[in-house]
Amino acid sequence: MATFGSFCLLIALVLAAYNLFAGAVALRLIATGQSARISPERLADTARRAGIAGFVAVTGAAFALIWSVFTNDFSITYILEHSNRALPIPYKFAALWSGQEGSLLLWAWLLGTYGFVLRLTHKTDVKLYAYAGTILSGIQVFFLSVLVFAAPPFALLPGYVAGGALPADGNGLNPLLQYPEMVIHPPMLYLGYVGFSVPFAFALGALMMRYPGEKWIRITRVWTMVTWLFLTCGIFLGMHWAYAVLGWGGYWGWDPVENASFMPWLTGTAFLHSVMMQERKGMMKSWNVWLIFSTFLLTMLGTLLTRAGLVSSVHAFAQSSIGTWFVVCMGIVLAVCIFTYILQRGHLKTEHHMESLVSRESSFLFNNLVLLTACFVILWGTLFPIISEYVQGTKVTVGAPFYNRVAVPIGLFLVFLTGVGPLLPWRATSFKAIKRNFVLPVIALWVTVIVCLAVGVRPWKDGSLDTGSFYAVVAFAVAAAVLTAIIAEFLRGAGVISRQTNRNLFAATWLLTRRNTRRYGGYIIHIGVVVVVIGLAGSAFNRSIESEMGLHSAMAIGPYTLTCMGFTQDSNQNFNSDYAVLDVSQGGKRVFQLTPERRFYLASGQPQTMVAIHSVPEWDLYVVYEGTNPDTGQPIIKAFLNPLVGWIWFGLVIIVFGTFVALVPSLTPATAALRVPATKPAPMTPALKGGD
Amino acid sequence: MALNVPRFWTRAVEASVLVVAICFSLGATTPASRMNTLSHQLMCQCGCAQLLGECDHVGCPDRDKELSELTTNMAAGLADQQIMDAFVAKYGATVLAAPTTKGFDLVAWIAPFAVFAAALLGTILLIRRWGGLGIERRAHAAGAVAQPADPAEQERLDRVRRETARDDGF
Repeated sequence: MATFGSFCLLIALVLAAYNLFAGAVALRLIATGQSARISPERLADTARRAGIAGFVAVTGAAFALIWSVFTNDFSITYILEHSNRALPIPYKFAALWSGQEGSLLLWAWLLGTYGFVLRLTHKTDVKLYAYAGTILSGIQVFFLSVLVFAAPPFALLPGYVAGGALPADGNGLNPLLQYPEMVIHPPMLYLGYVGFSVPFAFALGALMMRYPGEKWIRITRVWTMVTWLFLTCGIFLGMHWAYAVLGWGGYWGWDPVENASFMPWLTGTAFLHSVMMQERKGMMKSWNVWLIFSTFLLTMLGTLLTRAGLVSSVHAFAQSSIGTWFVVCMGIVLAVCIFTYILQRGHLKTEHHMESLVSRESSFLFNNLVLLTACFVILWGTLFPIISEYVQGTKVTVGAPFYNRVAVPIGLFLVFLTGVGPLLPWRATSFKAIKRNFVLPVIALWVTVIVCLAVGVRPWKDGSLDTGSFYAVVAFAVAAAVLTAIIAEFLRGAGVISRQTNRNLFAATWLLTRRNTRRYGGYIIHIGVVVVVIGLAGSAFNRSIESEMGLHSAMAIGPYTLTCMGFTQDSNQNFNSDYAVLDVSQGGKRVFQLTPERRFYLASGQPQTMVAIHSVPEWDLYVVYEGTNPDTGQPIIKAFLNPLVGWIWFGLVIIVFGTFVALVPSLTPATAALRVPATKPAPMTPALKGGD
Repeated sequence: MALNVPRFWTRAVEASVLVVAICFSLGATTPASRMNTLSHQLMCQCGCAQLLGECDHVGCPDRDKELSELTTNMAAGLADQQIMDAFVAKYGATVLAAPTTKGFDLVAWIAPFAVFAAALLGTILLIRRWGGLGIERRAHAAGAVAQPADPAEQERLDRVRRETARDDGF
C-alpha cells in the first residue's frame, strides 16, 4: 500500500503540473489571440480534466494512508509514529492529520476536493474558472512537491528496508489528540485554510483577465462564506479542545498557532464585509483584492508557524524543517500578486467615493481598519520575539498580558462598531438620524453599567482597579448596546411588515429575514458574536481552588461543595486511568457527581487529564484530577468556577445559524409584484431570486 | 426646560469620563491581589509556556520555587519593578510574560497603536478628500444638467441612485 500511495502522489503531482502548464499556455493563447496546433479551448479543457484526475490520484493517496493506519502497517514510518493497534477507530482517522506528512496530505486532498468541485461547475463561467483552476493547480503543485520530495507520508522504516523485523506495535497517537473534538477540529480548520485558496484563485484570475470586479465576488460568495464558517468552527472547536483537555481552565492562550488560525479569520471577516461595498457601490476594489491575497498568505503563514517551529508553541505535534519550502512558496505567491496587481491595477479603479465620515460606507471602512489592526497586533505579537532576538540579541516573551492590554480594547471597539455600523444610513447621516437610532442602545449601555455595579460586578477588586473586570464591565455594556441596536433593527423592519401584511411580529420578523437573508443573517451572526463576547468577558471573574483530597474530604468553590467519595481505576488496551469520584452539593443537597480522570496512555507512555465539566448558563464547574502528590500520596484536585463559558459555545451555534440564513437565497419582496402594471402579463420569473 | 441636545451629549461624555476616572482612582492593593497580579506577569520556567499564576502541572519543578521567590520578595518589601528585575536577573528576559516598556521592547507596545492611529488618520483624511471630490462632482453635474447623457452612463447613474436611495443593503 505504501508503493500505491507514493505512486498516487507522484501521478497527482504530474497531473497538477500538467494542469498548471497546459492551463497557463491555453489561457495565454486565448488572451493574445495567437493560433496553435491545438485549439486553446481544447488545451484548457485537457488541463481541467487533468485537475479532476489529480483529485482522484490524491484521494488514492489519502485512502492508502488511512488503509495503512487501519491495517497497522508499521513498515511505514508515519504509521509507526502516529498510531498503534489499540487506537480506537475514530482516532485512526485522526492519525491522518496528527503528523506533518499526514496533515500536508490532508491539505492536498482538501485542495484537490475544492478544485474538483470547482472544475465540475466550470460552465458557470468557463474562462474565469479556467484561470482559477490553473492557479489552484499551481498551489497544488507546491503541496504535492513537498509531499513527494520533503515530507513523504509513505516513507518506509529504515530498519525494515535494511531487512530488519517490523515493530510489534506503533508509538500511538499523541494523547492530547485523543479527544472527540480532535477528530473534527483539524479538518474544519484545514477546510477553512484551504478553502480560502478558492476566492484567492478567483481574485487573482479575475485580476489577470481584467474581469468585471463584482462578478468574481458573486461567484465566490458562497465559497467564501462556507470557508469562513469552517474556519470559525475550527477555531471554536480548538478552543473547546484546549478547554476540555489541557486542564488549565482556559480556552485561549494566545499561543502562536492559535494566533495563526485567528489572523486569516480576521482578514477573511474584513473581506466578507468590504466585498459588500464593491458589490453595491463599486468601491474598495483594490482593497478587496489585497484582503483576499493577504488572507491566503496568512493561511500559508499559519502552516509555516505550525510546521517550521519559528516560534515556540504548545502545538509542537508536527514540527520540521519544511519551513524553507513555505517561505519560498509565499515569496513566489506574493511576487505574482504584486506583479499582477501592478500590471492590472488600472482595472480596479473605484466607481464611487465616500461622502461622509459618518455613513454606512465609512463604518465598513472603519470595521476593516479595526479588523486589520487586530490582525497586525496579533502578527506583531507573534513575531516580536523573533524581531527582538534579531535586533537586541535577546528573546522576549509576548504572552497573554500583552494581548490583553492591546488586543482586548481593539476587540471591544470592533464590537462597538458591530452595533453602530448597521444603524448608519448609506452615503451620509444627520444628527437627527443618529439620535433616533442611538438613544435606545446608549440607554441600554448605561443601564447595564448600573446593573453591573449594583449586582457587584465592579471594575475594581480588593480596593484597586482590576483591568480584567473593567474590560468585562465595558464588554457587558457594549454588548447590551449592540444587542439592543440589532433587536431594534429587526423590530423596526418587522413592524413595517406587520402593519402591511397583518402578520404577528414573530411571523413578520421571519418574513423580513427571508426577504433579505444576507442582511438579517448578518445581524444574527453579529448577535452570535456579541454572545461570544459576553462569554469571553466572564473569564475576568474566574475562580479556582486546588487541594489534596483524601476520602470524604471536601472543598468549596462558589455555591458548590465538592466531597471526595472515592477513587477508582480502570484500564483498557489503549490506556489506564485513575478517576476521582466527587459528589457536588449545593445548599447542603447533593446535586450531581463529577468524575475527573487522569489517563496514562500505554503506547506513548504519556499521561493526560480528562476534565470533568458541569455547565450551566451562569458558569462551568470545571474539575481537574491533576495527579498524586509524590510526597503525601494524596490525589490533587483543582476546581475552577468559570462564569459564562457556555455562552461562548452557544454564540458559535448562533453564528452558524446566522451563516446558514445568510447563505439561503432571499425571497422576492411581495411589494415587487405589486409594482407590475396590471396590463402586463404575469411574470414568468420564479418566486425565489438567487442571492442578494 | 428643554435640554439642549448637543449639551446633553457633552454632559453624557463628561459623566462617562468621570465614572472611568473614579474607577481608576480607587483604593489600594492587598497582598493577595498583588501576588495574583505579579504571578500573572511572569512565566513558569518549566517549559509549559503558561503564566506562573496558571501553571497546573503537578510536580512542576519550577512553579512552587518561583512562587516562593515571589512571596519572599514581596515580604522583603521590594517594589513590583524590583521584583521583576530580580526575576529577569535570575531567569532572563523570557521570564516576563510581556515585553517591558524600556528600550527596544517599548516598540512592541507602541507599534500597534501607532499603526492604528496612522491608519485611522489616513482613513479619515481619505474620506474627507473623497467627500470633497463628491461635492465638486455634484456641482459639476448640476452645471451640466442640460447635456444629453450617454444611455449607458445614465443607466449606471440610475442604478447608483436606486441603490443609494433605498436602505436595503446590509
